[in-house]
Formats: sequence, C-alpha cells, structure tokens
Amino acid sequence: MDDFYRDFILDHYRNPRNFGHLPAPDAVAEDRNPLCGDEMRVEIEVDDAGNVADIRFSGKGCAISQASASMLVESAKGKSLESLIALGEASVLENVGIDISPTRMKCAMLGLSVLKSAALAGLAKAGSE
Amino acid sequence: MNRGASATVTPDLNVRADFPILKERTSRGKPLIYLDSAATSQKPQAVIDAIARYYSEYNANIHRGVYEIAARATDAFEEARAKVARFLNAAEPAEIVWTRNATEAINLVAWSWGGANLHAGDIILLTQLEHHSNLVPWQLLAERTGAHLRYIPVDDRGEPILDDLDTLLQGCALVALTHVSNTLGTILPVAEIVARAHSTGAIVLVDGAQAAPHLAVDVRALDADFYALSAHKMLGPTGIGVLYGKRRLLEAMPPFLSGGDMIRSVSYERSTFNELPWKFEAGTSNIADAIAFGTAIDYLEAYGMENVRAHERALLAYAFERLAPLEARGLAIYGPHDVERSSGVVSMNFADIHAHDLASILDTEGVCIRAGHHCTMPLMARLDLAATARASFYIYNDRRDVDALVAGLEKAATIFRIS
Repeated sequence: MDDFYRDFILDHYRNPRNFGHLPAPDAVAEDRNPLCGDEMRVEIEVDDAGNVADIRFSGKGCAISQASASMLVESAKGKSLESLIALGEASVLENVGIDISPTRMKCAMLGLSVLKSAALAGLAKAGSE
Repeated sequence: MNRGASATVTPDLNVRADFPILKERTSRGKPLIYLDSAATSQKPQAVIDAIARYYSEYNANIHRGVYEIAARATDAFEEARAKVARFLNAAEPAEIVWTRNATEAINLVAWSWGGANLHAGDIILLTQLEHHSNLVPWQLLAERTGAHLRYIPVDDRGEPILDDLDTLLQGCALVALTHVSNTLGTILPVAEIVARAHSTGAIVLVDGAQAAPHLAVDVRALDADFYALSAHKMLGPTGIGVLYGKRRLLEAMPPFLSGGDMIRSVSYERSTFNELPWKFEAGTSNIADAIAFGTAIDYLEAYGMENVRAHERALLAYAFERLAPLEARGLAIYGPHDVERSSGVVSMNFADIHAHDLASILDTEGVCIRAGHHCTMPLMARLDLAATARASFYIYNDRRDVDALVAGLEKAATIFRIS
C-alpha cells in the first residue's frame, strides 16, 4: 500500500484537477462513504452531442479517493455520457497503475460511482427534454 | 504476569507472552503492533482456553439440567456473574444482567426503563462526546415517547463544560453519559455529574465500555443507576456484555426480551416472570463467553486495575513525549493531552495526510490503528474534524509499540514529503 503514494498521486491529491463547481451544470451527483466520511460531488455540463463539455468535482477525503477522482474526472472531458456509464473499476485501477488493498477499494471507487451517477442523471435529463 | 501492587509497573515482557496473537507477524513479515484496543482488546491464552474448556469438557445448558455437567456449567456461569459484581463493586450478583455488549445493555434500559418511565416533554441529557451506541437508542426513545434530547457541551479540546449543568438538568428524567470518550480518551467526572443529577431526581446511565477496561470502577462509589460494558474490550470474548442496575430499578422494570428462562410460570393466557437477574435473560445465554469473561476478570484482577491505570498513564506520557517533536511538523493531537485526565488514547491528524492514508501507511509497518469518525459523528462535526487517526493502549503494549508508531509516522512524513 505504501507503493500507492507516488508523486503523481500526491500531486493529484494536493492539486486536484477540475476541482470546484460549474456555474450551470446539466447534471449533478453526490455521495459519501459512511465508513470514513469521505464526500464527493460531480457536476457535468453536457454539449449538444451528449458529450462532457465541462466537468468539476468537489469534496473531501483521503489521497486515494481524491487522486482517483481527479484522474478519472480529467479523463472524462469530451467523452459521451454513455461511455462514462460503461466505465468499470479497471478504469480507476489503470489510472493509479497499482493494486489497491481490499480495505481501501471503496475509497478508490467513490469518484467512479459518483461520476457514473452524474452521467446517468445527465442522460435522464436529456431523455426528458 | 506482574502481581505486584507497586505503582511503577513494568510488566511488559511477561504480559506480552500471555497474548498469543502478539507473536504473529503480518504478511510483510512485520511484528504485530496492536494499537487499537479501544476497538477491541486482544485475549490472553487463559481466556481462549476457558472457551475451549467449556465446549470440550462441560458443554450443557444452564439452570435446568440435573446431571453433573449441567450443574458445572450453571455454577461456572453464575460464578462469572459474581466475579463481575465484585469487579464493579455491585451490591449483589443479581444486579448484573448479561447482554451481548454495552450497546444491548443501553438498549435494554432504553426499551424497558425508558418505555415505562419516560413521558412526552421529559428531557434526556447526554454529552456531546457520546458514541453512537449511547446516542441513537435515546434518539429513538425520544421519538417513541415525545421526550427531548439535550446535550452537555464540550469545549474545543473535548472537555465537558459543566458550568450550566444545573440548568441543563431542569426537567431531566435521565442522564446518559460516557465514562471515558472512545474518540479522545477524556475521563469524565462521572461521580460529580451523578450527584448533581440525583439532586434533581434524574436517573443516570453510564456507558462504561471504554472505562471498565482501564480504570478501577466502583458503581456504588459513582452511585450510577445503570452501568454498561462490553467484555471484548477488556480481554474477554465478543458477544458478551453487562448491564449493572440498582436492584430497586431493575425490579420495577418490565422485561425487555421475552421467552424461555426469563419466566416463572407460563399459561396459555399469561406469564409471570423470573426474579433478577434472569428476568432480563431470555433464551439460552452466551454461556461459554460469559464464563470466559470471568477468566478475563481474573486476569485483570491479578494484574490489578491500579496497575492497568499506572501502566497506561506511563505509556501515554511516553507517547506524548515521543510525539512532541512531530507537532512542529504538523501533528495535531486532540483531547485532553493530559495523562491525569485521559485514558490510554491518542487521537491525531498529521499535516495534510488523511487519517485513512496514515492508517494504511502504518499498516505496512504492522502498526494497527483506527482511522475515521470512531462512531462519534456528531462529536467530529462539533470539533470540525472529518476523521482522526487513533492509537489506543492496553496492558500488553509497551514503549516499543510507541516507538513503532512514531517510526510509522516518520515514514508517512517521508512519503508525503512533509519536512
């Protein structure tokens, strides 16, 4: 587990990319990990083609949850909402490039879960318009 | 084991040998450095053996068998109860009710005493330090009865503020408070609070889950009306706990769970109930673990509760001394930071390292600590903390464990580039 905390992970933890809020997001989702109190919120602006025009995340948590979310959110820009919903755990593990101990998997996957919820909310909104 | 009564105990070497798990190594080959006894304690070989002996030599149901091993099981079970009564200085064993744990003991009082005695508009007074186990049952009881919750506030160090206690006690039917904070280690002035609560006619329940393992508890000196504890935090097995209650109160209370063993006679129309303490022990009890808890109490009494306290105080002082240099590098220690007013707990955060990351890094060195909100979410919000890393000590810990903790924190500082 100590191998996890490499420079680029710490960089994403201390300088998370796309951190904050959008002025008028089309889709929003948030969740918390009740075990450790980690909180995460994802906001997405969707373009006319149904792709991610802009995205922000916010919240607080450990290096694993924050860095995993930062990398995932960064890679989500320009992607279709459908492709985000199809993302699996492997997408997070490829970003961090190392196995995560079972006790910390929930931390690593919090961003993925909230991103997919936001993408679903975006699709639901597009379908109802 | 050190059986001396001297205040300067150094029983480390012998005690450690009594706990087989401390000989284990982690998958990385590191010695196990167990600093999470506030979550659950380790068990001495004698306790483990007591469980095996019951199942392999005299396993039988209690209170009804006429054959030899049934009598032996009943005797051992009731003897364990008598040991708990003596350990807490209860007036008699009948005031000791077996439960699954402290949480169940508190729920027993909430349902049985609370259901019969609390009314709409009554006040239940808690402290802001409470573990969810001594908070949620009262929230639910308040919802059922129309009673209201009130809290004794704490300051930024987590010390209870008693200046307005007499005002808070107005209209108060029940005070439920922890004896020692599981999150911060704060020892509360329980005797003083009980006396002031009694002067206004309130009943007092003390959550002793974090106190009974570490302090000499005398329920009559405290004058507590109810006292709850869990065996697994004091060298005993999981699945067994205790509710102490004053006879006068327990006798007037309706049963909690009902069924076999708690009855005197049953007809198709109605039942009459057994006398104390069996009135509150429906169904077959956790016989093996109650007996093994008796063995745990034997161990603690042989060690001496004064020695437990002295050992932990010395270890805590050593920990504060070793951790002090790290405070300049961003280590924050919460709670009283005073060995006289703190049980063996160090709750902390280190610079911008999240408590879970700290616990993961310490884990790679075999150091087991707890990270999170410690089942005290309202207290964490009050102190404006998301999580803390908590190291907690018991009789089998020694200075080497503190050294390993400090070395683990140094490693975390290196990994997180904290200068």
